Formats: sequence, C-alpha cells, structure tokens
Amino acid sequence: MSDYILEMRNITKVFPGVKALDNVNFKVKKGEIHCLVGENGSGKSTLMKVLSGVYPYGEYKGDIILNEQIQKFTCITDSEKAGIVTIYQELALIPEMTIYENIFLGHEIKKGRFIDWNETVIKAEEMLKKVKLKINPSIKVKDIGVGRQQLVEIAKALSKNVKLLILDEPTAALNEDDSENLLYLIKELKKQGVTCILISHKLKEVISIADSVTVLRDGKTICSIDCDKEKITESLIIRHMVGREIDDIFPKRRKKQFGSKVLEVKNWTVYNPILGREILKDVEFNVRRGEIVGIAGLMGAGRTELALSIFGNPLGYNIKGDLFVMGNKKRFFNPKDAIKSGVAYVTEDRKGNGLILIDDIKSNISIANLKALSKQGFLNENEEIKVANEYKNSLNIKAPSVEQKVGNLSGGNQQKVSLGKWLFIKPNVLILDEPTRGIDVGAKYEIYTLMNELVEQGMSIIMISSELPEVLGMSDRVYVMSEGKIVGELPIEEATQEKIMELATN
Amino acid sequence: MGFFEEAKYIIKQNIREYGMYIALAVIMIIFTISTGGLFISSRNISNLINQTGYIAVLAVGMTLVIVIRHIDLSVGFLAGFLGAIAAILLTRTGVPVFLTVIIVLVMGLLIGLFNGYLIANVGIPAFVATLAGMLVFRGALLLVTEGTGTIIIPNKSFNAIGNGYIPDIANIPGVHLLTLILGILAIGFYIWSEFNTRQNKLKYNFEVLSLKMFVAKIIFVSLIMGYITWILSGYNGLSWTIVIVIIVVAIYHIITTKTSLGRHIYAVGGNPEAAKLSGIDVSKITLVVFGSMGALAALSGILYTARLQSATTTAGTLFELDAIAAAYVGGVSAAGGVGKVTGSIVGALVMASLINGMNLLGVGISYQYIIRGAVLAAAVIFDVKTRNKRK
Repeated sequence: MSDYILEMRNITKVFPGVKALDNVNFKVKKGEIHCLVGENGSGKSTLMKVLSGVYPYGEYKGDIILNEQIQKFTCITDSEKAGIVTIYQELALIPEMTIYENIFLGHEIKKGRFIDWNETVIKAEEMLKKVKLKINPSIKVKDIGVGRQQLVEIAKALSKNVKLLILDEPTAALNEDDSENLLYLIKELKKQGVTCILISHKLKEVISIADSVTVLRDGKTICSIDCDKEKITESLIIRHMVGREIDDIFPKRRKKQFGSKVLEVKNWTVYNPILGREILKDVEFNVRRGEIVGIAGLMGAGRTELALSIFGNPLGYNIKGDLFVMGNKKRFFNPKDAIKSGVAYVTEDRKGNGLILIDDIKSNISIANLKALSKQGFLNENEEIKVANEYKNSLNIKAPSVEQKVGNLSGGNQQKVSLGKWLFIKPNVLILDEPTRGIDVGAKYEIYTLMNELVEQGMSIIMISSELPEVLGMSDRVYVMSEGKIVGELPIEEATQEKIMELATN
Repeated sequence: MGFFEEAKYIIKQNIREYGMYIALAVIMIIFTISTGGLFISSRNISNLINQTGYIAVLAVGMTLVIVIRHIDLSVGFLAGFLGAIAAILLTRTGVPVFLTVIIVLVMGLLIGLFNGYLIANVGIPAFVATLAGMLVFRGALLLVTEGTGTIIIPNKSFNAIGNGYIPDIANIPGVHLLTLILGILAIGFYIWSEFNTRQNKLKYNFEVLSLKMFVAKIIFVSLIMGYITWILSGYNGLSWTIVIVIIVVAIYHIITTKTSLGRHIYAVGGNPEAAKLSGIDVSKITLVVFGSMGALAALSGILYTARLQSATTTAGTLFELDAIAAAYVGGVSAAGGVGKVTGSIVGALVMASLINGMNLLGVGISYQYIIRGAVLAAAVIFDVKTRNKRK
C-alpha cells in the first residue's frame, strides 16, 4: 500500500480566459496535516473545489487518486461518499436550526421513513464529545459564537465518516483562543486517523501544525515540503509564495511627526438595545495628526462596535459621551455626518457591508462622494472614470479596467477598491477595521506602504487589528480593548505581543 | 479590429442588454409575416403602443422598486381606485381636469409614501405591506363605485389623455406632419447627443467606437427611429399617451443614469449595508422609490380611466403583475441592484406585442396566457444564463 491517501496528478483547470490550475501535483500522506498555502488567486480554492467535486469530472484535466483508485466525482455528494468533507470559510450552518439538526442535515438518521430525533440527539452528543464541545445540542446555532460554530461544522463532518477533512481558512474569523483550540482539535483528529488539508494565510499557524506544506503560486505547484526532513520558517514559505524575499514585512516610515489631537472620545458609553446591554463602557482614546493608532483586542472586545459608534452609528445604539473632531465637539447621527466631518471607516467585512459586488470598480469608488463628481445634480461619468483610474493606478488595483465587476476581483484588490472609495472622500481620520484580513502577503505590503504614505501626508489612522505583528509593526501607539473597555494604552516602544495578550485576556 | 469583428465583439459584450431588443424585433417580424403585414400597419402599432401606456408607466416605477429588492402588489388596484376618484371628481364635483390630475397624482404620491413608510421605517416586508394595500384599495374601489357601478366620464379633454392625438399643423392626408417634424427633431437630438458624448470621451482620452462603427450605429438607430415615426405619422400621429410615456421614461432614465439619486438607488439595491455605511440614507431612498411608484400608479389610473372613458369596478385587476412581468422580461434582477427603466419599457412592449399579435392571429385566450407565461420564464432563464456566463 502506498503512503498516500490522496494524489492529484497533473490537474489543469481552465476558466474562460484564465488558466486557474496548470499541471498541479498534490500528494497527501495518510494521517498527516497538510497545509496548502499560496497568495490569493494562486489556485488553492480551485484545487480543493476540483477535489470535492464542485467542478465535476470532465471539467478539469488530470487524475484524482484516492486510496489508489482513480475517482470521478460528479458532485459534492460523490466526494462525501468517498470520505472527503470540506469546511468553507463561510460556514454552511443554518442559524435558525439547532446544533443537532445542523449536524445531521442532509444525512438524517431515519427510522423507516421518518427522522429518529432521539437517536439524532444521542449521536449529535457523541460527535460534540469528539470535538470537545460541551454544549447542549438543542441550542440554536445562531446563539453560539463563531468559534463554536466552527466546531459544530467539524462535528458535522465527523458524522459523515470523514477520512479527509479540508479546512479552508478555518481560523480567519476566530480569535486567538478559539484558533488555538481549533488547531489542538485538528491534532487530536489526526490521532484518530483523520487526514487534514488546511488552507491558511496565517503562516505561524502553518508552521506550528503542519506535517507537510505545499505552496502554490499562479496555479502551479511551487514546492512540497516535508516538515520532518526540512525545517520550515515563515520567510521560507513567503519566499516560495511570492517568489521573492520580503525582508521586512512592515515598511519603515521616513518621518514620524505628530500634531494635535484630530479625533478624541471621552466617557464613551454605548448601549445596544438589541442585545439589551452596554457594549462599550467609559471608553476614552484619541488619535493625533500623522499618527497610526492600533486598537488590539480579542474578537468580541467591542472594537468594531467602537468604530461604528463613532462613524455615525448606523446600527442605532444609544450613545452617551463626547466626541471631538479637530477639537470641536460633534455628534454624528448617521454615516453621512461622519463623512462630512472627514471621518472614514473601512469595514472589516468588505463583501458584506463594504462593497457592492455586482457593481464595477468605478461606481464603488465614487459612491461615497458622488457630490464631487456632480454638477447641478448631474453626474459627470467621464470624470468618474478618470478618478477611478487614478485610484486604480495609485493603489495598484489589478484589473483590466475600472469597468470590471468588483465581485470578480481577488480579496486584496477588493480591499484596495474599498480603500480607494474612502480615500476619495479625502478624510482626516481613516478608521481601518482589519485592513489586511484574508489578503495575500504582497497586497498586505502594499497596504502597509500606503498607510505610511497617508500619515506622512498628515492623515490620522485608527487601525483595528487582530493580528498582533501587524499592530506592533504599524502602530505608533496601541490601545488594548477587552469586554467593551480600554484596558491599556501602550507606547509602541513598550508594546510586546505578550503584554497585549495579557491585557486583552485579563 | 475589422468592422464585423468589432460589431460581433460589441454584441457579445452587451448581449444581455441587446437581447430584449432583439427579442422584440423578432416577435414583431414574426407577427408581421404571419399576419401578412397587418401587425406592422400604422393603425395597429399606434393602438398597440397606446394600450401599453398604463402598464408601461407602472413598469417604470416597478423597475426601481424591484431594483431596491422590494415589490409592490398594491399598484393595480391603487391605479383602479385613483382612476375612480378622478372620475368622481370630474363628474360629481366638477373639478377642472387640470386640477383633478394634480389631486390624483398627489394622492398617489402620498399613498406610495405611506407604503414606503411602513416598509422602511416600521419594517414590514414589502410583499406583506403591499398585499394589504392591494386588498384595501380593491375594497376602496368597490366602495366608491358601489352606488353607481361604472362611472361614465363625459369630459372630452380628460378622455383625450387616453384616446387623443396631438394636433397637426397642416392638413396633409395620410401623413401627420407635426409627428414627422418631432420625429426628425428627436433623431437630430439623438445624433447630437451621441456626438457630444463621443467628443467628451475623446477629451478624456477614453476608448471610443471606431468611427465606422460609430456612424453605422447612428445610422441604424436613426433609421429605426425614423421608421417608427413614419408608421405613427401614418395614423393620427403621436397620441397623448405616447407623449406622456416618453416624458416619464425620459425623466426616469435621466434620474437613474445621470444623478446621484439614481446611483444611490442602485447602491441600495446592490448592497443595502454597504450603501448605509457609504452615507446613503436607505430609508429615504425607500420612501422616494415607493412615493414615485404611488404617483406613477395614479398616472396609470388616469391613463386607463381616460382610455375607457369611464371608471369601472374591476379597473386595475392584475396590472401589478403585468408591470412586474414587464420589468422581469426587461432584464430587472430579483436579486436587486440591476435593471434599467428602458429595459422595462421594452419588456412591456414585448408582452403587449405578444397579446396584440396573438389577438390578430385569433389565438385563443387560454393559449395566450400559456405563451405569455412561457415567454416570461424564457426571458428570466436567458437573463440568469447570460449572467452566469459573465462570471
């Protein structure tokens, strides 16, 4: 018997106009954790979609060999029968259903023609035990956190007798605790004989967990590294991913000069009427001209809520406290007010509430500032194209034209469009919420460089980030939030990952 | 790129948009051949367009409603009800025509705003809110026509809105001169605006069509406009209904394509959350769209009542569904954010041509419904297929 549970040989997949996969070879040993890394658009997801039957046999060239047999999957059900289960970044759970209903959705346990609910609950408990989740299976999925939902997804996979588990960026939306928990669980599953393919952008995670690493670039296999034989490092992987060495992930700023306070909040207490509780308590912070202020904290610490409550409060919280912009006391009743005062907010969820995916680049860039393109109420569409092209060039948005639909762009380029939209309102204060989430190393570097340029020109940036290296690498000052409060303010010289985590978890 | 390759490329790029125009042309040609030219006769085309008027104005408003991911089921009976109100104002209270029209339009606007308020501010799903409205206005229509039954309107100038034609400046048999002149002016305006757009694009150094293709396009469109003008001038000329529809379409076309308001409407339809965070007041946009829908429903009611020269107890039945069908056939997407006002007008014309052509051919009403349903389904299938392809 061969050591390999899976071999994908010379896989080629062509989309109209693009060769997404070009003779890719990919081998996974039985019982290992195999990490698949690569920049956005390198073909990782396409490869996994070929494997799981989303792109059926015949639409690609090459062979999939599972347990020494050539497989011809025509749909996801086929691959699931063979024991391959994929868990996507966007979880496929039904929020309004209970945990046990979700776990057995699609392969319900039946007695005769009807569902056997008692057996379902018992089996669900069994599966939850396997993923070390102590929770009542009758709770609705919408009522548990995203970290636990992830575990429910895995329990669902286990209930399908999974042999080969594919996890697509499972920790992208998780905080450090939940991430660690999940990685621990993956190791546990390995002991139980489940082979796992993990797609991840977080290289630290990859190094800590991988038995093998395969790097894809531009639809080709660049290398496969066996971690027992070869020592892997972040810079090694990055070098393979981008084909160049990034000596310094965080570009240095030429000058650091801070002016007066541009934005400040005092005694900022925010009540969320939907949750029925205070989500922010007595928050005080400020940002000066030409400064990047980092806001660190775990998921759920209230960072995004803080940003939204400042940015015109679109979710209708009850707010007490004072907001000062350029030294003047202000109240924003909606995002429009905030925009007028030169405050911009680049959302963490660019697909959900940042961009209009069905619209093109130019109308996404112009939408928050159409006034600047209008004369007597009429839009100058040529001016719009010109402006959009300027941002396309200065932000290095990779697209054939500004008439390209934003939904067709890669994550990094979407983020750049999102930035372009907010830079076009010429803000004084730019609030960036997870500015580099889910985008590749090259695009990250470009965004960091841009941030430096902006503050050098006198803008102020508030950066909310869950990635500590990013917070430490880019900020001039760091605030740490926990449970709706600012629990610490650190000058960058004093800030370390350990100190921040200590504050955030206390 | 050669001339034909460029033509092919352009058609391929815009197949979704051109698809409806091609479909309309194909339908018209088929009916023209199978009726031995009767379909394309001046009299028939004039009638066909006049019959489409009251659905066309509804389809314009419905386009925007569907673009912002809502629906309005109340407009049919709202049109019927407001038509009856117009009839009552004219016959029983003696309000002058001009004022009657204004009052009815304002009533429609207010009712539309109220619908919008329920949907945007109270948070009732549009389907439910307007379904309730549909029942209410049906009742209201019966209530006001209960005592009298059908209300006959003897007012000539009001009835002209639905039946009359613009006056002519000269008396030439067989040709309506003013219509011809207006048509030629419209063609001139079209050519001027195309040149203007091209000139502006060149100023910005943007890519434009090759000169050959540009001229070919202008000649093609001008010929079509000229032909339509010629047909209409052959029978009484432009009707007031056509004039009203053209004005409404022009206004909405300009608003949706050239103004911030239009952009905001499409942004709200494309992604309401993102629109909100971009500083757009989503509730205000919803109010505006439903307000305009209400006013257009009033206009539809006026056109229909004037055309029948009376208000009936069943006026407005199924108008809303015809308008929705026209919008979908015209390429409006149920997922929101996509759809043109001009497309919906073409959609309305496609549906009206089908009915008209099948009537001329003597196709039974049962088959007519089946064929209309099939065409609606086919249009949406085409739309979905071409959209997937572009991804």
